[in-house]
Amino acid sequence: MSEMKLRIGYIPLVDAAALIVAVDRGFAAAEGLTVELVREVSWSNVRDKLNIGLFDAAHLLSPVAIASSLGIGHVRVPIIAPFNLGLNGNAITVSPRLYADLSALADGDLSDPKVSARALARVVEERKTRGADPLTFGMTFPFSHHNYQLRFWMAAGGIDTDEHVRLVVLPPPYMVESLASGHVDGFCVGAPWNSVAVDAGVGRILHFGCEIMARVSEKVLAVRESWSNDNRTALAALIRALARAAEFVDAPNNRAAVAAMMARRLLVDPDLLVRTLAGNLKIAPDGTTRESDRYILIGRHGASRPDPVQAAWAYAQIVRWGQAPLSEDLRSIAQGVFPPDLYDAALGGSPPPLECEPRDGIGAFVGPDFLPGDIAGHLAAWQLKRAGRPRLSIVR
Amino acid sequence: MAETRKGSDSSGHGAPSPGGQRDSTLKIAIVDESPIRAAILEDGLREAGFTQVERIAETRNLLARVYALDPDVILIDLESPSRDMLEQMFQMSRAVKRPIAMFVDQSDSASIQAAVDAGVSAYIVGGLRKERITNILDLCISRFNAFARLQAELDSAKGALEERKVIDRAKGVLMKAKKLSEEEAYALLRKTAMNENKKIVEIAQSVLTAAELLK
Repeated sequence: MSEMKLRIGYIPLVDAAALIVAVDRGFAAAEGLTVELVREVSWSNVRDKLNIGLFDAAHLLSPVAIASSLGIGHVRVPIIAPFNLGLNGNAITVSPRLYADLSALADGDLSDPKVSARALARVVEERKTRGADPLTFGMTFPFSHHNYQLRFWMAAGGIDTDEHVRLVVLPPPYMVESLASGHVDGFCVGAPWNSVAVDAGVGRILHFGCEIMARVSEKVLAVRESWSNDNRTALAALIRALARAAEFVDAPNNRAAVAAMMARRLLVDPDLLVRTLAGNLKIAPDGTTRESDRYILIGRHGASRPDPVQAAWAYAQIVRWGQAPLSEDLRSIAQGVFPPDLYDAALGGSPPPLECEPRDGIGAFVGPDFLPGDIAGHLAAWQLKRAGRPRLSIVR
Repeated sequence: MAETRKGSDSSGHGAPSPGGQRDSTLKIAIVDESPIRAAILEDGLREAGFTQVERIAETRNLLARVYALDPDVILIDLESPSRDMLEQMFQMSRAVKRPIAMFVDQSDSASIQAAVDAGVSAYIVGGLRKERITNILDLCISRFNAFARLQAELDSAKGALEERKVIDRAKGVLMKAKKLSEEEAYALLRKTAMNENKKIVEIAQSVLTAAELLK
C-alpha cells in the first residue's frame, strides 16, 4: 500500500470546514488516511509550503491555484484542484461612518448592489471635491475573489479601482481592528470575519459576496500536479473523505456539532459559526439580520465538484485587473486547474445537473452572461481600458 | 497619504562605501514580531559587516515603512501574517526595485527548505547576485535556529522546575504519611521508580494523585 500519511495546510476560515470535519470526525481515517492539519498564518506560506513539498495538499484561494499554475506573480508550479472546498462565503463590510455616507447619497435600497455601487461612486466623487483622502478597502490577497469582487462591484458604479480608491491587503485577523481604527473604511473578507466586525459594533455588512456573484469558487483543495500523478490512491481517498465531510457539514442537523469542531480550530464563538453555516447573519450592530441560502455553499448545489467555468472566470478577473495577459494558452492552462474527472472517478458517476443555479455558472449582478470561450468579449463589455501596468497607490 | 513610487534609478547601493566592503551598503529590513529574535538577527548581520539594518516590528504601517526604507533585502518571519501584505507590494510595484521571494529561484531547493524549516523567508531586489545574499540567508537560518534552540532550552528548564516541584511535594506527602526523613522519602521514590522502570517524577505524580484521592 502506498504512503497514506498526508500533511495539509489550512487557514482558519469557515470554508476549511470540510477539511477540518474530514479529519476531526474521522472521515479521513475511514479512508485509511492519517492527516496532519497544519494551521497557517498567511496565504503566501500555504502556497510556498505546497510548492516546495512541505505540504501534500492545501486549503487555498481558488485564484492562487490558477496564478501558481500560470506562473504569475511567483514561481510557476503546476497545481490542480480536484475538490472545491467552498463556493461564496465572502461579504463586503463597511464602517458605520461610510454606511451613513452611502445612505445619504443612495438613490434606492442599499441592499441592491447596483444602488450601493452608484452611491459609493458619489461618495468617492464628493470626497475628491473636498480634498479628502480616498476611501481605503481591505482585502486578503492580490489573487483572491475578495479583491476581484470588490473591484467588480465598484467598477459597476463607475469607479476606477486603481485611481479613485485604495485597496490594501490585510491578513483576515487584522481586518476588524483596521476597520475599528479607521485604517480602512471597508473590506471584503470570508467568514467569520465580517460577523466578528458586526458583533464588535465596528462594521455593517453591506453585501454578501453572493449578491455580487451568485456562484464563485472561493477555496479549493490544491495539490501539486506531480504529486497528484504519483499519489492517485491517496488522492482518491482524500476526495471521498472530503465529499463525505462536506455532506456532513451541509446537513442542518449537524450544524451545532460542526460549529463545535470548527470553534476548536478557529478559536471563535460556535454560535457565530452556526449562523454563518446557516447563512443567517447579523448585518448591523443594531441586530438587523439578512439571510441567504447561497451565502456559503459547502457540499450542496454541486459545490464540491471542480468546475472549469469557475477557473475561466477567475482567469478572466486576473486578466481584467491587469495581473496577466489574455491568451488562449493561458485560459486553457487555467481551465485545466479545476478538473472534474478525478472527482468523478473517486466518487463514481457524474452528478445530477444543477437546477436553481445561474445559467452561465457565475450569475454576476451586472453584465452579460459569462462565456468561458469568449473572455475577450466578456472584458470588452466593461469598457474599462487597462492600458499597461497597474498603478501603485497604497499606504497612508 | 498615497504615494506613487517613482524609479530611484540605481543610486545608493552601487557606490563603494568608505569601509571598502561593498555589501555594507546593502539595506536590509527585518520584519519580525519577536523583538528578541529580531535583535539577535540584527546583531548577527552587523557583526557580519552589514551596517544598514532596520527592524520593523509594527505591522500596521508595514508597507509605508518598507517604502520609506527602500531595502534591498527583506527578511521576514514566516509566522508573521504580514507576508501577504508584502506580496501585494511586489505585485504592484513594477516600478524599479521589485523585490522577489527567494522561492523564485528554485535552483537551490536545499537552502529554501532549510530556511522554511527555520521559519524565515527573504525577499530580494531583482538584480542582486545570488552569492551576495547567500551569506545573509545562511546567517538568518543559523540565528533563527539558535533562537529556536534557546526557546527549547528555556522550555525544558521550565519543565525541569515543574518536575522539581512535583517531587518536593511528593516527598512532603511521604514524610508526613510514613514519618520519613526527607532523604528516606526521596530514596523511596527513587527505589520505586527503579523497580517499576519509570521516572521519579512519574512516581511522584502518582503519589500526589493517590494522596488527592485519599484525602
